[in-house]
Amino acid sequence: MRYLPHTEHTRRAMLDTIGVASIEELFEQAGAPLALPPTSLPPHKSEMEVEQHLSKLSGMNRAAGDGAFFVGCGAYRHHVPASVDHLIQRSEFLTSYTPYQPEISQGTLQYLFEFQTQVANLLGSEIANASLYDGSTGCGEAVLMAHRITRRKKALLSGNLHPHYAGVVKTLSHMSSFLVEQSEVIAGQSATTDLIAKIDDETSCVVVQTPDVFGSLYDLREIAEAAQAKGALLIAVVTEVVSLGAIKAPGDMGADIVIAEGQSIGNGLNFGGPYLGLFACRQKYVRQMPGRVCGETVDADGKRGFVLTLSTREQHIRREKATSNICTNSGLCCLAFSIHMTLLGELGLKKLAKLNHSKAVQLSKALSSIEGVEVLNQSFFNEFTIRLNKPAEPIVESLARKNILAGVPASRLWPDRAELDNLLMLAATETVSDTHIDDLCAGLKEALDA
Amino acid sequence: MLNNKGRVTRPQESADDLVEAQDSYSGHKGLLMNEPLLFEVGGLDKTGVDLPECAEAETMLGGLERVDEIGLPGLSEPEAVRHYVRLSQQNYAIDSGFYPLGSCTMKHNPRLNEKMARLPGFTDIHPLQPQSSVQGALQLMDELSHWLLELTGMDSIALSPKAGAHGELCGMMAIKAALEAANSSRDIVLVPESAHGTNPATAAQLGFKVASIPADADGTVRASAVQTAIEENGAESIAGIMLTNPNTCGLFEREIKAIADAVHEAGGYFYCDGANFNAIMGRIRPGDLGVDAMHFNLHKTFSTPHGGGGPGSGPVVLSERLSAFAPIPFLQKSDHGLTLVENLNDAEEDSQAQPFGRLTAFHGQMGMYVRALSYILSHGLDGLAQASGDAVLNANYIRARLKDLLNQPFGDQACMHEVLFDESSLADSGVTTLDIAKRLIDEGFHPMTIYFPLVCKGAMLIEPTESESQASIDLFVETLASLIKEAIAGENEEAFHQAPVHTPRRRLDETAAARKPILRYESSTN
Repeated sequence: MRYLPHTEHTRRAMLDTIGVASIEELFEQAGAPLALPPTSLPPHKSEMEVEQHLSKLSGMNRAAGDGAFFVGCGAYRHHVPASVDHLIQRSEFLTSYTPYQPEISQGTLQYLFEFQTQVANLLGSEIANASLYDGSTGCGEAVLMAHRITRRKKALLSGNLHPHYAGVVKTLSHMSSFLVEQSEVIAGQSATTDLIAKIDDETSCVVVQTPDVFGSLYDLREIAEAAQAKGALLIAVVTEVVSLGAIKAPGDMGADIVIAEGQSIGNGLNFGGPYLGLFACRQKYVRQMPGRVCGETVDADGKRGFVLTLSTREQHIRREKATSNICTNSGLCCLAFSIHMTLLGELGLKKLAKLNHSKAVQLSKALSSIEGVEVLNQSFFNEFTIRLNKPAEPIVESLARKNILAGVPASRLWPDRAELDNLLMLAATETVSDTHIDDLCAGLKEALDA
Repeated sequence: MLNNKGRVTRPQESADDLVEAQDSYSGHKGLLMNEPLLFEVGGLDKTGVDLPECAEAETMLGGLERVDEIGLPGLSEPEAVRHYVRLSQQNYAIDSGFYPLGSCTMKHNPRLNEKMARLPGFTDIHPLQPQSSVQGALQLMDELSHWLLELTGMDSIALSPKAGAHGELCGMMAIKAALEAANSSRDIVLVPESAHGTNPATAAQLGFKVASIPADADGTVRASAVQTAIEENGAESIAGIMLTNPNTCGLFEREIKAIADAVHEAGGYFYCDGANFNAIMGRIRPGDLGVDAMHFNLHKTFSTPHGGGGPGSGPVVLSERLSAFAPIPFLQKSDHGLTLVENLNDAEEDSQAQPFGRLTAFHGQMGMYVRALSYILSHGLDGLAQASGDAVLNANYIRARLKDLLNQPFGDQACMHEVLFDESSLADSGVTTLDIAKRLIDEGFHPMTIYFPLVCKGAMLIEPTESESQASIDLFVETLASLIKEAIAGENEEAFHQAPVHTPRRRLDETAAARKPILRYESSTN
């Protein structure tokens, strides 16, 4: 077996040193009852055979790069520079663990410190942690954090929050006996009247996504004021962080906690994971913040160095009194994010954002000229919603058979709301070409005429 | 010794001429490069990415344009590559040396896994594209599920948890959902003192009360202690037990079946923390021991990279009793192929399923599923059993070689995949477990896990994994033995307290870091 260094000879020598006749005898001495029933599991395979099998499975999937692709709703296809993937595969990054011994982990710790600074600046907040699992779990953790800070129990979610994010919050809340309220779903508009009206003295936090799941952009200042006037916190959620190269940051508009899905920068689509949750908030809430944090300090020689810090919030010290049960962060995904962001820099990020927006504007114009298609959004970044004159899901399926991945039908996320069945959400990033847009428009026309 | 151009080809032989290494002018030391922060070397006017030009077009940004400076310095590609390569060189890693971090299973990460995870059909597919266009991905998830269920003898699986602690949350939520479905108000969860901190933190997050169970003198939990705890709290209030097996002392819970029976008889569920599954994979099935829910750490047992602390992946297997209470999404087989059930309403069509909700957007850590399956297929059942056997062999070999020098808090007994020592043999030496760990760093090793578990003083938890050769283990054992002897002999105490000295940084002031946290770069001109 290629991954095991021992030979039968070394095993024998080591067993002799221990003073047992076999590995099985060790299990017996340890009180472990060896009893594997008969099973159909196959024996080991050569590297070549594994590669052939997995390549076959990979080949059964339609990769985004194989043609027209407009799928978004929380995960976005962007071009990632080759050096990012090369650097994250450096052995010292790939095969190290949590920096428990800071003297031999300064590489990881320094990039986490840089990452935290990049995230705080990008989201417009004072501080950030070293990441959570993904945007949706970050959203759940932010709600729990708001309950700890306000000592209240009710979260108010915007109806236009990604339903999967709302689902995570609802599951966590139900399990911990907290309450969740939600405003109405309004596709294509950044309407906040109903949301603001629902804030009351028991509301711990208001959760607003911008751009929202339909792509609309929000000026958060009014909501922030309304929430804070009632003693509630504003939690802003961003699922497309490239947008922050073009539009105002939630922290700068008054959000107390900002959560983002960081996948767009440095990380592939990967069918949903691994991703990384960006988590930022006001400095004064730092001791209520979940997850790992890296801080600056000095070593015995007085040189600047970095350590994991504020661990008295965490489970390995606090056990059942911890702020959350979280143990890991998304280390390598943070590194990919940070390297890509470093390569982009402010200049590159702003240009990338502009390019994305211009592609989306181009797409919206092309689509709105098709009969039976109505663009709903008054504002958007690189994603928007259209209403078709018939249900969207069968159309998306028929276009997929023609090698066009047209976007996400609203019914995929809200299967039980017939009034949304004709809606389709489409994203256009820098990877979209004129040919892709032409292919989509031609396919859509044909499907709507059929 | 001169070559024909006058260049000296041997080092000077006189020892008198040797000088102490001094701080350099450049800040670098030979191969060890000092690297400033990105914010000190990057520029707001610099970029390492060339993007296509785009024409000025009308905007639809709703008057929300970001006009202020963001504060994101950039680097050109060569500068960025050098920045990160230099940072990488300040890290210890499995690929560069022995990393016996107990409870973390720092095994070799095969590069085939990385190659497979980067196939476009896995890395470049979207979680919300039509399921008909991702049947290969669903089949991969199904194959991985089959292996994990067969290896554990369990009934169903939730793949989506994002890490071990998230898996714990998933398993305990399934238990809570099952209790709710039975209108039960059971709220006590029994947790042994040696448990990972995530266990009590998870139980508490879900509103359970944690009752601690002591270990016996041999380091394992007695069924009678569990029975006593059940009686003290009242059988009708017991929601379940969270037990790690093998436990965090590296010992197999010998009475695990009797413990499971006692908890089941009281009406509770048995959650097993599977962090240490590497010791038993391919040999023992948790399902046969009475386990109702168990999470895996794919980054421990199945070699997905540790990545400096993540991303992890924590699938959970469930017994028949809990099977109906898995979260969404889950896989279903039909005539048209595989379907991922993503919504609670869709699940209701299947009368058996009573999912408790959603743990994360999308479907979990696909990139880790590919790597784990690549590892599993490479090993096969025979290879997995050999790997767990070698892991146990290596840990016991270390135990045998160090048992006369270091004390085992629960006596000398066969361990599983890791061996626990305490610092009692260092008593009166002035040297602590921390000092030993820091000296090991100077000797070129990553230290073992220290001060965990909390059940003994100055814990040293050594987990070699199956990836280490005898020669590699011998060097570690002999080095550690020499350090212990040196400490006991009272020689060089100061060298222990000063260590490490051969590292990019010496011991860091963690107290100062926590007292006045500096969590982001602030320009000194601010």
